[in-house]
Amino acid sequence: MTRYLLDVENPNLDGYEKAGGYQGLARALSMEPALIIEEVKKSGLRGRGGAGFPTGMKWTFAAGDPKFPKYIICNADEGEPGTFKDKAILEKNPHILIEGMAVAARALKAELGYIYLRGEYPKGKDILQAALKEARGKGYLGENIMGSGMRFDIHVHLGAGAYICGEETALINSLEGKRGQPRLKPPFPVNSGLWGRPTMVNNVETLANLPFIMRAGAAQYVKIGDPGCPGNKLFPVSGHVEKPGLYELPMGTTLREIIYGQAGGIKNGKRLKAVIPGGISAPVLPPDAIDCPMDFVSVQKQGSMLGSGGVMVFDNDTCIVRVAHRALEFFERESCGKCTPCREGTSWLRAILERIETRQGREGDLQLLEDVSRNIAGNTFCPLGDGAASAVLGFLRHFREEFEEHIKNGCPFGPDDHTRTVIAR
Amino acid sequence: MENFPAFSPGALARLEEIKKKYPPGRAALMPALHVAQEDFGWLKPEALKAVAEYLELPEMTVRSTATFYSMYRHKKTGRNVIRLCTNVSCLVLGARTLKGILEGLYGLAPGNTSPDNRFSLEIADCIGACGSGPAMLVNDDLHTGLDAKKVIEVLENYK
Repeated sequence: MTRYLLDVENPNLDGYEKAGGYQGLARALSMEPALIIEEVKKSGLRGRGGAGFPTGMKWTFAAGDPKFPKYIICNADEGEPGTFKDKAILEKNPHILIEGMAVAARALKAELGYIYLRGEYPKGKDILQAALKEARGKGYLGENIMGSGMRFDIHVHLGAGAYICGEETALINSLEGKRGQPRLKPPFPVNSGLWGRPTMVNNVETLANLPFIMRAGAAQYVKIGDPGCPGNKLFPVSGHVEKPGLYELPMGTTLREIIYGQAGGIKNGKRLKAVIPGGISAPVLPPDAIDCPMDFVSVQKQGSMLGSGGVMVFDNDTCIVRVAHRALEFFERESCGKCTPCREGTSWLRAILERIETRQGREGDLQLLEDVSRNIAGNTFCPLGDGAASAVLGFLRHFREEFEEHIKNGCPFGPDDHTRTVIAR
Repeated sequence: MENFPAFSPGALARLEEIKKKYPPGRAALMPALHVAQEDFGWLKPEALKAVAEYLELPEMTVRSTATFYSMYRHKKTGRNVIRLCTNVSCLVLGARTLKGILEGLYGLAPGNTSPDNRFSLEIADCIGACGSGPAMLVNDDLHTGLDAKKVIEVLENYK
């Protein structure tokens, strides 16, 4: 069993059933909810949305809260630039997600779930709706699931363009019809989430791991990938590689294997200059760091993070200042405006990077970038600000000379999109 | 069904379906705004008012939510809305060149509509097509692997 998340040959229910689909749910229905949670704990599954929190532990918190009803939310607000893994599950294997949510519902005794789908994935919505209908028709959702007496149904909630809604409390506010701004924690959603009720928010890929864990058992699951962080991981690879795309590989596969072994190496015979290992919020790494295994612990040791697993590869003709500038345009635009360090800080970081890129950089600008970043990090309501700050600090840590060169002599890179002529924003 | 003449019959039917999926009150607001936007073309003041009346919410509540999200449109758009991704993965594969082409060929600046009302351009921040960038959404259609030639070919299909 090398792939279980992306069975792209079999996107419909028939195909999914033939590949063992809904057997995990059948097993879960034969188990006491507490034992399901125990099984997930034993599997060592860690959340695939970016933070890597142990899923079984999160479930224990929600299960331990005496309040009912409880809700299951699938976080399908995949907005991290460089990431397109959840989209593939939603569009190519939607039943694995539905089964995963039903397993979670059984474990937490929830009767209603929502899939919070980002507004930019309109096709995904149609595919999900069709799959939900199929699942209801076959009794995998509804009033009496597989004859067990369990009730559970799922609705799809379409977002409307806000990166911040990937943060779980912002997502809950958005689902309640409010502005998608994060809430103060505690209370955590596991105790007081959707409409004040205990709410389990799990990422698409996390939920998609559950059918396999239930079907094959935790003992089988821990044999895959890294013992400290088991299972397969989806790695979306983009940028200057010969074969960009989505790769399902064991957790702990090295960046070198992903870039050169799987994705065919750097395009057009060029050299690797830099790689962002986990979506735009993950600090950039230099070429000498690519023997790093891609798991939550190892990437952190390199000063970055696994994040979403979105691997963004840049060749030796890439202007790092331009990349940094575009990254900060994103953070500035997506800052929700609730707290000052993020709202003001991202705007200043963008402005400083912009003037460096357009040859108006000043002496002391790099120091200023560092100061502003350090004043954001750790001082914001949610991780968006931290992501912006650590991204900037990462670019400066590994490519400081390039920034200095821009301030002194302008951009040294050539035409096309490496041109120094800035097209109006 | 009560009478809400501001909405088309089709939109009203969809709103009734939406109401069943959420508890009463504000929760149905985002899907209702999506329906209103499609029905009215954009979230003009009458659209916001109609949503407020339908969900029995203060207009200010509706406006507060509607102005937070980038995909709710608060001005009239052209017949086709282009969302061109220029985030990093698309950027390094040529997205800025494409932006320049749209500007030169159709007179499109980000946030604006072409003089012939054919296209509106929005700059997107990742549309989940990084593995086949540069990419853009035109209305609900995803187009990938764009270059100077292909972007024009694709857009010629939208009138």
